[in-house]
Amino acid sequence: MKALEITDLHKTYANGFVALKGIDLAVEEGEFFALLGPNGAGKSTTIGIIASLVKKSAGKVRVFGIDCDLDHAAAKALIGLVPQEINFSQFETPFQIVTNQGGFYGLPRRLAEERAETYLRQLGIWDKHDQPARNLSGGMKRRLMIARALVHEPRLLILDEPTAGVDIELRRSMWEFIRGINARGTTIILTTHYLEEAEALCRRIAIINHGRIIEDSTMRSLLARLHMETFVLDLFDPLDEPPDLSPYATRLVDPHTLEVDVSREQDVNGLFVRLSERGIRVMSLRNKANRLEELFMHLLGERLPQEEAA
Amino acid sequence: MKERGQVYLIAYLTLVRKEITRFLRIWPQTILPPAVTMTLYFIIFGQLMGPRIGAMDGLPYMSYIAPGIIMMSVITNSYANVVSSFFSAKFQKHIEELLVSPMPNSLILAGYVTGGIGRGLMVGLVVTCVALLFTDLRVHEPAVVVLVVTLTATLFSLGGFINAIYARKFDDISIVPTFVLTPLTYLGGVFYSIDLLPQFWQRVSLGNPILYMVNAFRYGMLGVTDIPIDRALLIITGFILALTLLSLHLLRRGTGLRS
Ligand SMILES: Nc1ncnc2c1ncn2[C@@H]1O[C@H](COP(=O)(O)OP(=O)(O)OP(=O)(O)O)[C@@H](O)[C@H]1O
Ligand SMILES: [Mg+2]
Repeated sequence: MKALEITDLHKTYANGFVALKGIDLAVEEGEFFALLGPNGAGKSTTIGIIASLVKKSAGKVRVFGIDCDLDHAAAKALIGLVPQEINFSQFETPFQIVTNQGGFYGLPRRLAEERAETYLRQLGIWDKHDQPARNLSGGMKRRLMIARALVHEPRLLILDEPTAGVDIELRRSMWEFIRGINARGTTIILTTHYLEEAEALCRRIAIINHGRIIEDSTMRSLLARLHMETFVLDLFDPLDEPPDLSPYATRLVDPHTLEVDVSREQDVNGLFVRLSERGIRVMSLRNKANRLEELFMHLLGERLPQEEAA
Repeated sequence: MKERGQVYLIAYLTLVRKEITRFLRIWPQTILPPAVTMTLYFIIFGQLMGPRIGAMDGLPYMSYIAPGIIMMSVITNSYANVVSSFFSAKFQKHIEELLVSPMPNSLILAGYVTGGIGRGLMVGLVVTCVALLFTDLRVHEPAVVVLVVTLTATLFSLGGFINAIYARKFDDISIVPTFVLTPLTYLGGVFYSIDLLPQFWQRVSLGNPILYMVNAFRYGMLGVTDIPIDRALLIITGFILALTLLSLHLLRRGTGLRS
């Protein structure tokens, strides 16, 4: 079953700005899906429409088969939203905020309170549950919004840049947490600017730019499309000039640092054979740039000329 | 969705609870000021000036103004509660907590209006207690008192809601109370019987809806009124209906809420 199905979604804001120009997306139940795109691409607009914070101009949205035009209440009951921007009362306590949200979804008070405690504990902010929310740090506020989105145990959890402004350690623990939620069967849609985040978490990925989907595939197939990967080798012994490692192209950055290009047809084993033959000892090795980032720039670049022509 | 009625009931009660918790939490801003202001009215107009003014509609002045002053506090507070609560929910964006939930618009409206009625009645009760320190209050027709005060609180809660929907900045939530509500209340027969006015101004006064509420309430308490009571009730109900329909229309259009 499809957790989310969007067809030909359009959005023109009141000021005439066209934010979405015909979005199609389908997310299978249980999937972990990433929606990527640069600032202003239309990610939050798309999510806003699904969660009924933004009115669509045209198109269809179905959540677990329910047409949002016909029964938005039933569809909304299945969705949990972690918005991009802080949107809770600064004067209420986390416990009140999460419990009340449970109530708005129809959970009896007792159950809502139990769940609020469970999720606030799981997200590590229980020790602040009784303080006004304005006392929470930025990272804690994000976690509060995750707890709030989970209180009614939605089948589809949508996170709009949940890790923006969150430190690396916390980001990783949030990933772990969200992975756990996904493992329990909850479908997850996540928007992010961090490609490594999408790579670490998601099996499927769609890229949106200027209100259009420009890529919709699995992470694997996306990565497979990279033509070339550049490795940076740290060497034990200094070199004076780039060694001949043909067919691999090399560049000597400094006497101890060598860059090697490995194309998709080649393998890395061969590179090591060549290195051994030459007696070059490698201390460590890493990717030069984030491959996804390159791919991303590449994909966006491809579209730009068309955009300008349009 | 299972048991939709149940879900909606819980959602409504949660919102009402949130609203009541809000105005109780900030009681020094919500409950105390009207108690202080109204005490001053009783002291100045009732205690000090009342004896010189003499009887109004055959009643001591203090007794005559007490119902109007109670009503005035109900009107200002039910309006203020909804306009400030709903506007700050918009401003801080936590209105989105409701917009993403399965709650239908009518229920969101009902929740806020109930909160406004709650504050209006609570302040009305406090001011009544204050009034009892200065004068005896007898209740002529309890049913009318309860009905009129509740309908009035409902009407002004709706007014506050509509104001908040249109409001874009904090200034916008004080314009109507200052330039519309306060004058209408003062000219709505709180402090005088319209019999005292020249014919022309009596007629103008009849265009002021607050006059009907104050008089209907005064009738419930004291048994005297400038206006036939059934006409007053009809007018209040008519306004409530109109404002409810307008609120629902604005919510459906998403004015000020959904872009
Ligand atoms: N209420 C609005 N009125 C007019 N234009 C808007 C409105 N909201 C968003 N936009 C515009 O729509 C476009 C898409 O915005 P959106 O918030 O969906 O982007 P995004 O992909 O979420 O970006 P970011 O990564 O920065 O969050 C932007 O150009 C934005 O300026
Ligand atoms: Mg966004």
